[in-house]
Amino acid sequence: MNSREITTQISKAADFLNLKKWDYGASFSNDYSVQVDKGEAKQLKASQKQILTIRVWNQSNLVGITTTSDISESGIKKALKQANIASDFGNKNESTEFSPLAKDPIKVKEVKKRNPVGIKKLLTVLREAEVKLLESHESIKSVPYNGLSESFFERVYANSEGAFRSYSKSQAALYLYARAEEKNKKPRSSGSVKLGYGADDIDIESCIKEASNKTISHLNYSSIKTDKYLICFSPESFLTIINAFSSMFNARSIIDGVSLSNKNSIGEKISTEALNIYDDGLHEKNISSTPFDGEGTPTKRLCLIKGGRIENFIHSESTARIFKTTPTGHAGLGSKVSVSPDWIVVEKSDENFDLKTSLDHSTYEGEFVYIEELNAIHAGVRASQGSFSLPFDGWLYKKGKKISIESATVAGDIKYLLKNIVNIESSQEVTTSGISPHIWINELSITGDA
Amino acid sequence: MLSSQIKSNEIVFGSCNKDLLEEIIFYGIGLGADFVEIFIENTDNSSVLAEEDFITSVSPSFGRGAGIRIFKGKKDGFVSTNDLTKHGLMRSISQAIEMLDITENKREVFNGLNKHRDYSLSKKKWINEVPSIHEISEKLLVSTKSLKKNNKIITRKGSYSRNLQEVIIASSDGTYVSDIRLHQTVGLNVIASDAQYRSSGSRRFGSSGMPNEFRLWDHEKAANDVFESSMNMLYADYVDAGQMPVVLANKFGGVIFHEACGHLLETTQIERGTTPFENKLNEKIAHESVTAIDEGISEGSFGSLSVDDEGMEPEKSVLIKDGILKKFISDRAGELRTGHKRTGSGRRQNYSFAAASRMRNTYIAKGEHSKEDLINSISEGLYCKSMGGGSVGATGQFNFAVEEGYLIKNGKLTSPVKGATLIGEAKEVMPKISMCGNDLELAPGFCGSISGSVNVTVGQPHIKVNSITVGGR
Repeated sequence: MNSREITTQISKAADFLNLKKWDYGASFSNDYSVQVDKGEAKQLKASQKQILTIRVWNQSNLVGITTTSDISESGIKKALKQANIASDFGNKNESTEFSPLAKDPIKVKEVKKRNPVGIKKLLTVLREAEVKLLESHESIKSVPYNGLSESFFERVYANSEGAFRSYSKSQAALYLYARAEEKNKKPRSSGSVKLGYGADDIDIESCIKEASNKTISHLNYSSIKTDKYLICFSPESFLTIINAFSSMFNARSIIDGVSLSNKNSIGEKISTEALNIYDDGLHEKNISSTPFDGEGTPTKRLCLIKGGRIENFIHSESTARIFKTTPTGHAGLGSKVSVSPDWIVVEKSDENFDLKTSLDHSTYEGEFVYIEELNAIHAGVRASQGSFSLPFDGWLYKKGKKISIESATVAGDIKYLLKNIVNIESSQEVTTSGISPHIWINELSITGDA
Repeated sequence: MLSSQIKSNEIVFGSCNKDLLEEIIFYGIGLGADFVEIFIENTDNSSVLAEEDFITSVSPSFGRGAGIRIFKGKKDGFVSTNDLTKHGLMRSISQAIEMLDITENKREVFNGLNKHRDYSLSKKKWINEVPSIHEISEKLLVSTKSLKKNNKIITRKGSYSRNLQEVIIASSDGTYVSDIRLHQTVGLNVIASDAQYRSSGSRRFGSSGMPNEFRLWDHEKAANDVFESSMNMLYADYVDAGQMPVVLANKFGGVIFHEACGHLLETTQIERGTTPFENKLNEKIAHESVTAIDEGISEGSFGSLSVDDEGMEPEKSVLIKDGILKKFISDRAGELRTGHKRTGSGRRQNYSFAAASRMRNTYIAKGEHSKEDLINSISEGLYCKSMGGGSVGATGQFNFAVEEGYLIKNGKLTSPVKGATLIGEAKEVMPKISMCGNDLELAPGFCGSISGSVNVTVGQPHIKVNSITVGGR
């Protein structure tokens, strides 16, 4: 069944069950991926997936939901029946409605449609990439984590009031994580990820170069003394921190009492005036962009922090109603609708007079710790308390020289971190999770082995 | 109900599918595959969330699909699909054959499927024995009410999920089995707040194959435990970073062994060349006080199985005996590529993942000391009463958050501390586990890795690590 046929089928089955109000979200995907091990194909994968999530409203306007991969006529009927049963347990304390924006026009990025290149080509490309990476330095002995994949998918949202949206797109990803070994030294590992609309769009050479350079740059390592240091976050690591604490801007988290913000936090100064943060799912560099969210609300650019002050929260339909505003295009589709950011863009505001602009990661000669990549986010972040303690890959810069840090964690508090930004470099970098410049923090605790 | 409507040329749960499965396997072998495996599942899941004094989410789901894996030499091709018709499964076989570029005429012999091993016979009634949504909701609401012990508790949550998975596994070595798996898990969470101070507490409980377990769950005890933990940590200071001896509590304290060492004993890590223990079989890799086990047979434990996802009954594997490495955790691909015999550990989240060598119930065996012996032996250190999550990096370095910690001074527990993380490498830390307590207990968890998220049990008695890096402020 195609998406129009599914909508018709749900409509018919809902009529039969006397369900007047319903909506659904569906996704259909075909994915292909390869992994290699020293020139040999290791695992080749293909998958065809379909997922349908149906919500129904009962006569008391309570919502029930069911998710299924069975998109047959009988599967759809069963899903509607189960959702109807679940609606007896719908949340009486917080109602859910259709998004008032579910029929608004959407902006779909014009992306040239990519066709599958096929498993054989994926395998050839990945084999060549592995060889090049292994040959790039004598210490690189293996590429234990690698993969090249391409996905083709369609997403649909429709409801009983006639809203219908769908879009289809393709996406490809390459990841290469190399492992370097030298005599009497610990193995070191680093890597790179690149995305594209299709496998042919991926900048393979730069992925190889980046994985190689990063790995090699960690070969000369040393432990670091436990102390407080001036910190420079790479664009990627700063975006990791902001995403980990995005509950600060999340209306769902605020209502649930698990955010550091509250309903009255709009306008609150939480950072240097030089900081602006946007959520911009439709940004031209965001390869994973989606034109609408789980409730059919169009995706849009939203300012989260302007001049260091909280400007907006991200919303679903129900949180927007509670906050007396409009949905922002950040909802999932679930029994309890989740809210999450799309693609964070960090930039320096015009009000940047209090920055120490001499702090530039490529020229500064004083001592500082450069945090390249943060790890174990799920374990080391306490979003509801604002604290973090995270292992990282990075370097200690001292007198113009850099040395890789053997094993260390950085710990702190997000409120302290944002208030102690001492420089936001001018040039932004595009990463897989957003855009950010390098960000300098006055002082954070580093725990090392020395 | 898990049974589907009967259609011709389609997999039907609860019926004999032998002829159809044989036809599909014959087809794959006929096209030149060395080995063909078909994993088919039908799921019926539901979850319930209670927040404060309301049920805020009830989420049923159901689905079905097949994962088909073909080996040619040491290479494998894996195709997953929601189409369980003969046509759909044949198409998946063809796709896997094409991916592997199989053209040679040499054919393996397939003598048909063996007698059906049906592990599901006594389990078909489970779906009618598990608690109803109504019953679950009532108990969760009582539980969240029990958490309301003072006005410092600002959020209270109770969550329940039930996964019922019916599987059929057939392969060209004759394997033909069916099983039904039931997993239930329930958790409580609170956040406490007072002025600028914040803390949280959580506990999760889980079982497999025990439909009545949620009814027996002692929610009062759980609520008291979570409340007490959050109150103890509310005004805690941040821990000072440094190297120090630590005592890790039993139950979920075992997550460190699971993450830091257990994963390195999976044959997938040998395949990748990412374990330092690859050539250490029968060598000392841990302190002589350490014996570690991985098994899938403890009745009711979250990681227990009647049969793994490749159709093999799980065994009890002694991984480390008195500090000596004795065995790796292996699946079919692991045996083929590394030579380590299968241990009934081929596991996957669902049909869309190929099975891989994964842990089941993994724990350090009990020793002879009391918890007090361990604490008394430390003049200055850290007691980790409750562990949060953790991870292990590509070079074996691990890090774990300590959810509830206390300083040890002169052999006594003193003030609570927060913000601690334990950092190290298995190879260096395992020899430093110098004392094991006599109070082994297990705890359920979810493990995410190459073949998705699977239910596991971690565990240990109280253990003492002579020295480890503690991250803090």
